[in-house]
Amino acid sequence: MALLEIKDLHATVGDREILKGINLSVNAGEVHAIMGPNGSGKSTLAQVLAGRELYVVTAGSVTYDGQDLLEMSPEVRAREGIFLAFQYPVEIPGVSNMYFLKAALNTIRKHRGIDELDAMDFLNVVRDKMQIMKMDQTLLNRPVNTGFSGGEKKRNEIFQMAVLEPRLAVLDETDSGLDIDALRVVAAGVNAMRSAERAMIVVTHYQRLLNEIVPDFVHVLADGRIVKSGGKELAVELEAEGYADLYEEPEAVGRV
Amino acid sequence: MTQAPAAEPWMQALRDRAFARFSELGFPTTHNEEWRFTNVAPIARTAFIPVAADTLLACSEAVKELGPGRAEAHLARYAAFDENPFVALNTAFLGNVTVLEIPRGVVIEQPIQITHEVPERPDLGTKLAAHPRTLILVGEGAQCTIVETYKGAGTYFTNAVTEIVVGDRAVVDHYKLQQESLSAFHISTLQAAIGRSATFASHSISLGGALVRNDANATLSEGSDATLNGLYIVNGTQHVDNHTLIDHAMPHGTSHELYKGILDGQAHAVFNGKIIVRKDAQKTDSKQTNKNLVLSDDAVVDTKPELQIFADDVRCTHGATIGQLDAESLFYMQSRGIGKREARRLLTYAFAQDVVDRIKVQSLRDSLERILFEKFHELAE
Ligand SMILES: Nc1ncnc2c1ncn2[C@@H]1O[C@H](COP(=O)(O)OP(=O)(O)OP(=O)(O)O)[C@@H](O)[C@H]1O
Ligand SMILES: [Mg+2]
Repeated sequence: MALLEIKDLHATVGDREILKGINLSVNAGEVHAIMGPNGSGKSTLAQVLAGRELYVVTAGSVTYDGQDLLEMSPEVRAREGIFLAFQYPVEIPGVSNMYFLKAALNTIRKHRGIDELDAMDFLNVVRDKMQIMKMDQTLLNRPVNTGFSGGEKKRNEIFQMAVLEPRLAVLDETDSGLDIDALRVVAAGVNAMRSAERAMIVVTHYQRLLNEIVPDFVHVLADGRIVKSGGKELAVELEAEGYADLYEEPEAVGRV
Repeated sequence: MTQAPAAEPWMQALRDRAFARFSELGFPTTHNEEWRFTNVAPIARTAFIPVAADTLLACSEAVKELGPGRAEAHLARYAAFDENPFVALNTAFLGNVTVLEIPRGVVIEQPIQITHEVPERPDLGTKLAAHPRTLILVGEGAQCTIVETYKGAGTYFTNAVTEIVVGDRAVVDHYKLQQESLSAFHISTLQAAIGRSATFASHSISLGGALVRNDANATLSEGSDATLNGLYIVNGTQHVDNHTLIDHAMPHGTSHELYKGILDGQAHAVFNGKIIVRKDAQKTDSKQTNKNLVLSDDAVVDTKPELQIFADDVRCTHGATIGQLDAESLFYMQSRGIGKREARRLLTYAFAQDVVDRIKVQSLRDSLERILFEKFHELAE
């Protein structure tokens, strides 16, 4: 049974339909890349999976680990192992990154029936992961994402993922705003987390990320639907040819 | 109401004048612009018996506690009672007066703690009113920290007046922690007269009380620096009104104001920040901010800046906001496994954080953090 099974998912914001029947099946151990033009609904799909109430699911179903995902609150989804790395991580002035992450980790551990960590143990866990992400330790003592550079925010997302150890990670344009070196560090962080138990959905516009994080499947999302799926070579094709073909009428395909 | 027993003649004369003035003024009504949003009828219609608050004073030996005799030259010279009926009332009941002097050039490290607690006196069979009065004279170039705490149990009325005279180049850090019972009435006036090139900061933390009105007034001299900060947290049917007045009388003064409020239930908060920049007060630099976080649909905020600027070469900025918890921040926290209630609590706490961070007295900051932690647990329920 797939870890995540999305069937005919429709979602709206206000009276506008953004997701228009998504079908996607993700097994544990797999990495799926989702590409597609701006505004096609990639972030919306990611946010719907994480439980953002702003988007209303009007039809379809999402099953996660055999359970109805859409019935769960966002925090329960997170505790059950879903993690979303935000395209635009949120700044929260006044809440320290350290306090925030410790609270998150301990609620998740509690949910999984593992002992909560005290401050010392937490620091030990965090230090290792920060090193992997080559993250400046002082970021821990600052308020969540507040005043972080674009790259620092993205790194912080993957750092949080490394600490929280999800079973399904959805990375929404984690590569945007990263310089070449940072991209390698982040990709290495992500690759270090690939395992037979864990699945990932990687949303990106660029092949260069997929050179580092090599996907098992590539899907193209256009206008709220997955219009094409394939292996990693599909990303290379898209890089060369763009999305233009996807918008043409079926009869027109192949005409020059 | 009856007056306290006769004291020294000058004080008795002062009381008599104040009593006469109060009789003329009467309790303010909401027709009075200064009291437009705060209806004190519940105080006016209650028969209170005046009592002395239990006043606990803890301070280093370098602080001189003066008898009221030495206070004649200063008492009631700063907090005028001709316009404010509650100051008149307090002055009419002078008796329980704390007078402190920090001699010129002396630096007092330990905070001076003044705690007023309205006693429980069931034997009196009626509600009590306390009129605590404090006068603090800070000498030229002296430095000190003052922490005033107000508390009590049951239904009573505290009507406090504090006058602080900040000598030239002195540095004074003042805190007022208002933790009255939730059925108490609390009216207070702080009047600071700030000397040349002196620095004065007051932080008003208002947590308790059913009906609360705080007036914090500061008059600046040349090159004075004044800070008035405040944090009010109200729930249920609590009403809190903060009026501030910063009077730039002389050139080169700077003032900063940051008042933040958190409201839940059907609470009502009022903020009125008056800034006067007089004709001679050129090069004044003044900033005022009032931010409110409203957690319920029924809480109400009335906020108003009141700038009266008579000089031309000045910089005055002000801003007020009324908002709710940020939905995106809440979702971000939830997406990391933090429960909605806990997320609300953390964000509420974060909102208060910058006022708390400005508190320099570690012990006060610690106890405030504890109090807020518990309070926000209730609010998040
Ligand atoms: N809260 C919202 N209110 C109104 N419209 C929205 C909202 N969120 C998303 N949309 C619209 O839905 C469409 C899909 O947006 P989405 O962010 O999912 O696109 P995307 O595929 O992630 O694009 P990009 O590649 O630019 O990140 C866009 O047209 C966007 O304007
Ligand atoms: Mg997007």
